[in-house]
This record gives sequence, C-alpha cells and structure tokens, in this order.
Amino acid sequence: MSEQAGGTTRQGDGGPSPDGAVLSLAGISKRFGAVHALSDASLAVKAGEVVALVGDNGAGKSTMIKAIAGVNPADDGEILWEGRPVTITKPHDAATLGIATVYQDLALCDNLDVVANLFLGNEVANGIVLDEISMERRATELLDTLSVKIPSVRTPVASLSGGQRQSVAIARSLLGEPKVVLLDEPTAALGVAQTAQVLDLIERLRDRGLGVVLISHNLADVRAVADRVAVLRLGRNAGEFVMAETSQEQIVEAITGASESVVTRRQARVEAAEAARDVGQKRQASDPQEQS
Amino acid sequence: MTALRTPADATGVEAAPLSSYVNGYWSRVRGGEMGALPAILGLIVLCTVFSIVRPAFLTAGNFANLLPQGAAVTVIAMGLVFVLLLGEIDLSAGYTSGVCAAILALALSDYDLPWYLAILAALVTGTVVGFVLGSLVAKVGIPSFVVTLAAFLAFQGVVLLLIKGGTIISIQDPVILAIGNKNVPPVLGWVLFALGVGAYAAVQLLRIRGRQRRGLTHDPLSLVLIRVGALAVLGGWAVYVLNQERSRNPAIVSLKGVPIVVPIIVALLVILTFVLKRTGYGLHIYAVGGNREAARRAGINTDRIRISAFVVCSTMAAVGGIIAASRANSVDANTGGSNVLLYAVGAAVIGGTSLFGGKGRILDAVLGGAVVAVIDNGMGLMGFSSGVRFIVTGSVLLLAAGVDALSRRRAATAGLR
Repeated sequence: MSEQAGGTTRQGDGGPSPDGAVLSLAGISKRFGAVHALSDASLAVKAGEVVALVGDNGAGKSTMIKAIAGVNPADDGEILWEGRPVTITKPHDAATLGIATVYQDLALCDNLDVVANLFLGNEVANGIVLDEISMERRATELLDTLSVKIPSVRTPVASLSGGQRQSVAIARSLLGEPKVVLLDEPTAALGVAQTAQVLDLIERLRDRGLGVVLISHNLADVRAVADRVAVLRLGRNAGEFVMAETSQEQIVEAITGASESVVTRRQARVEAAEAARDVGQKRQASDPQEQS
Repeated sequence: MTALRTPADATGVEAAPLSSYVNGYWSRVRGGEMGALPAILGLIVLCTVFSIVRPAFLTAGNFANLLPQGAAVTVIAMGLVFVLLLGEIDLSAGYTSGVCAAILALALSDYDLPWYLAILAALVTGTVVGFVLGSLVAKVGIPSFVVTLAAFLAFQGVVLLLIKGGTIISIQDPVILAIGNKNVPPVLGWVLFALGVGAYAAVQLLRIRGRQRRGLTHDPLSLVLIRVGALAVLGGWAVYVLNQERSRNPAIVSLKGVPIVVPIIVALLVILTFVLKRTGYGLHIYAVGGNREAARRAGINTDRIRISAFVVCSTMAAVGGIIAASRANSVDANTGGSNVLLYAVGAAVIGGTSLFGGKGRILDAVLGGAVVAVIDNGMGLMGFSSGVRFIVTGSVLLLAAGVDALSRRRAATAGLR
C-alpha cells in the first residue's frame, strides 16, 4: 500500500496533521544522562496501516515505543492524536487515548486460562461474582474474528505454543478497543510457522482499520507486512520508505547509515558472484564479443 | 481442536461426552497436573493399613476424635494456601494462632468478656498481625521467609509474655469449649447434610443451564450426577457413622452426632473456595502468583493483593488458634507451637498446593489436613513415640514437595512441546 492510498482512507480529518495520521509524533527527544536516546525524532501512523520501526540496537526504537506508551515519557516533542496535541505521561494516558502496547516479554500468566488472561485487570463481574459466561463468550468471539486458533479458551496459557501465546497477548490488547497497537518484537522468539501466524494476525489488525506500529529486527517480517518503514539511527530519523517502492538494500543502508558497510559489502560480494555466474552462462551461450 | 468453533456448536451446544473428560483428566495427570490425586490415594492407603493393623482405628469413636484433632491444622492450612498461591510462605502462622488463642483466653479470663467479643479480639489480632507481616513483605520488600521467621521467634515470646511465663490459662466458657469438643445433634446433622448436598447440586445444575443457554460448552450431566452422588454417599456415610452412639455408657452420658468443627470447616471451605474461584480478587491472587509482572501491567495492585493474602492467612490462623484452645480446654506456652506450623504447611502441600505459587485450592488444605491427622492419629494408636511420628510426617511432607517439584518439571516439558 502506498502512502497516498493510506492518505485517502483518512482524508478530511482536518487538523494540523494533513496526511490524516491517527498518531503522529514530531521533534521527540529523550536523554538518559549524557546519552541522547532520541533527538528530534518523528513517527506517524494512519488508520489501517502497518508502520515498521526499524533500526540497529540502541537506535531508539524501544525508547520511542515507551514514550508513546507512557511508560517512559519523552523530554521534549509534540504528540498529535487524531490531529489534536496531547500529552502522554503515564501508561493510563495512552490507554485512554486508544493506544495499546504488546511488550516483547509477554505479559501473560501461565497458570491462568486464555479467558482469564484476556480479561485480567478488566474482569466482567456481577457484583463481586465473576461473570465467566460473558467473558468466555466475548473471548471466543474476539479470537474468532481474529482467526486465532486455540484448542479451548479454557486452556491454561502454559500449554499454548509461542505463536498462540503471542496471539493471545495481541488479542488481549484489543479488548480496550484501541485505534493504535504498538507491537514490540512480536516474532522475536517464534519459529517459522508461528511467525506466519502472528504476521497473519497483524494483517488482520490492519484490515480492521487499526494503526499498527511494529518494531522488528527481522527485515523479512517487515517486508511481509509493513506498508511503510521508518528507520531510526542513533536516535534520529534516518529515512522513511514506502515498502512497495523500496529495496532491502535501501533499508539496510538507512539502518547502518552508510552505503559502504559490512552488510552492503557482503551483499555486493554475493551479487558480484551471481553476476559473474550469469555472465559466464551468457558467454557460453552466444556472445563472445562481450569479453573485450 | 476446532470442534469448539463449529457452527453447530455455536447455536445448540451439547455437552462433550463423559469419556473425553476422563481422557482429559488422565492426560493432565500424566502431564504432571496431579491435583489432589496423591492425597486421595495416600488417604486410602493409610486408612487401609491402619484399619488392618489397629482395628480400633476404624471405629466411630476414633473417627469422631480424628476430625477435631486435625481441625486446627486444617484451618491454618486453608489460610496458608492464600500465601502459598503467591509463592510466599508464612512460617509464623503456627505461633500467630498461639498468640490469638492467648488473647482469646485472656479476654475470657482476665477481662471477663463474653465469648463473641473474645473471638472478635482474637480474629482482630490475627488480622493486624497479617497486615503488619504483609506490609513488611510487600512494601518494605523483605523476603516473606525472613519476615515470618522473625515473627515465628518473636510470637513465641509474645505467647510466653501473654500467659505470664509457664502458667496455663484454662478456658471455662461453655460456648468456646463446645467448638472443639461438642457435637451437632444428630437430626441437625442430617438437615445440614441435606442442605449441603442440595445446594451443591443446585449450583452445579444452574451453572450447566446458564452455560447451555448462552451456547457454551459445559460439563456433561452424567459427570455432575457422579459428583453429586459421590458427595451424597461419602457425606451420608460420614454423618451416619458419626450419629452412632459412641459413649461407653450411654445411660450416663450420650455421645453422638457430627463434631461441631465439621460444619465450621465445610463452611470455611465453601466461602474461601468461592472467594478464590469466583471473584476477581481470587483471580488476582492466582495472577500475582503466576506472573507478578504481568499482573502489575494488567493494572492489578499487587502490593494490596500480597498484603491481603497475609491478612487472610493470619486471620485463619486465629480461627485455628480458637479451635485449638477450645479443643485443649486451655492455652499454654505450646499452643500453636511445636509441630502445628509444619503440619499446616505439610497439609497444604500434600493436598497439592504448589510451593512455587500460582497453583492450589482450599480443598487441598482439607485433604492434606486429613492425611496429616490420619498419620498422627493412626501412628499414635499403633503406639509409636512422637519422635517417630515427626519423622514420618516430615518424610510425607518431603515426598509431597518432591511430587510438586517433579510435576512442575513435567508440566514444563509438556508445555514446551
């Protein structure tokens, strides 16, 4: 999906964010002592769009997510929510706006079943008695709409696979009807099939019209689901790309900050070897002239 | 695995067949989730062995003795379940019960308070003790092992000071004495039994109907009937046996009926199980025990939950102390001391409550308490010295903790699969 297409879905939003972003951050700075974790960084996400936030270790991705989630507020900068300036100083602020965060270390209780984990902290109750029936129904509906496959919603989370657990964690974040979901390395610890499950789920979130901010180290995952890629390097924006029009090298270049780096050199070597093989084949086939 | 989601299920849900429940239970047991199974098997084995070796074990009189003997430990174990669910420990629960018993005795003797105010004083003492211990653990951050070990030592001293050295405070109040020594009239015993079984059946059936109406899977009716039937047969048999005349000389004094502690324990079992399994508070206890960080991020006030668990534990210890004082007709320096705490922890763990937190039920305390009481009583009948009894009970506790640790490992490997 291109940037223009994303723009048309939210046209006429008005306000100071002309491209219709649900959430946009500008000039975000965060210092930890002498270290500038973020300086003048920006990020925007529209409804129905997956924005990947990539960068090397220490680039400021997690700091950015924590600033949005209110866990660790930014020192400086402007946050616009649906075009209105807002302040996020604690997790509760983010939750009230409609920002849900799924952290890297899954915040699930292994000894509780799926229903209890989904509703933990927001239980439905009649007086003091838990309304298990309503919770179980809502849990089943929610997982159904997300096409999350789980043996039974009464299974303890401990006996689920990594992908199922991640799906439950993501589903849990949706109960508050958020408009933006922040996912911190959702596929980091998963196998191939489980990663595919979670990527499918991310696409379903987009199809439901949510804005998704995805932090990932895995450029293959990013390529698979992201509409746009925002690159951070040493706490600053190092480029923003529309996925469909961008090559992997361009992203790597932005991440490492140089067209000449270990990664590109390696890539160049591989390509050179392939090219040489191609040339060899061609020469064999027909064209002796090319040699001079 | 998606049977739950088929359209037919969504509209008219029928119960899964009984066999699938049996299979599910068996696979859980093999996966390391044995629950109360070891305790129940242990009870059967112990009772069989003791009945064969000492026929006196299997008399109505001994049965009626055994229940009040194990009551105090069982009640303290019920409270300990709350603390153990959080992965914490309360080593001072035994002496907390001693302190509360001493307060009860002093309130009755020195201050001439009526029995209900004396009980209230003992319960309030327990609550305050629990609040202080819990705050030290949750707010200050001292490990519960250390806090309650310190309290274990200190409360031993408090009991000594309260009863002024080596004296024994005897209890004369008839109501207090009745708790641990008197029986429910036989007719009332049957009435309570009928009410209990009826209420259990009604709750189970209403639950099935509620789930059926909302289109959710539910336990098969046959399973519920088996449960209600088992309760009715076991309970009915117990009430029948306890209603037999136990007095050697019925002409002088009649001795029959269910001991009063039994309905007290059943009531506590029902109330605390309801709290743990049906309320948000109970769910939060399990959540904090399972993953404290996850519970905190879910917006649960984990400090408050932890303090409250210690409050429940110490308050239940106070109830146990009242029962113990009543049973012994007095309070002395040993009330709540020596083996009480270890028996209580042993009861909870033998019943299937995990020392690692997050897993356990109030019923565990009752089943484990029964195992401990049977060992104590049966070995006493066989004439073993208390030295041997300590060693056997200690070994059983170690065995139970070993089963817990091994089943945890097994569950971990099963979960990783």
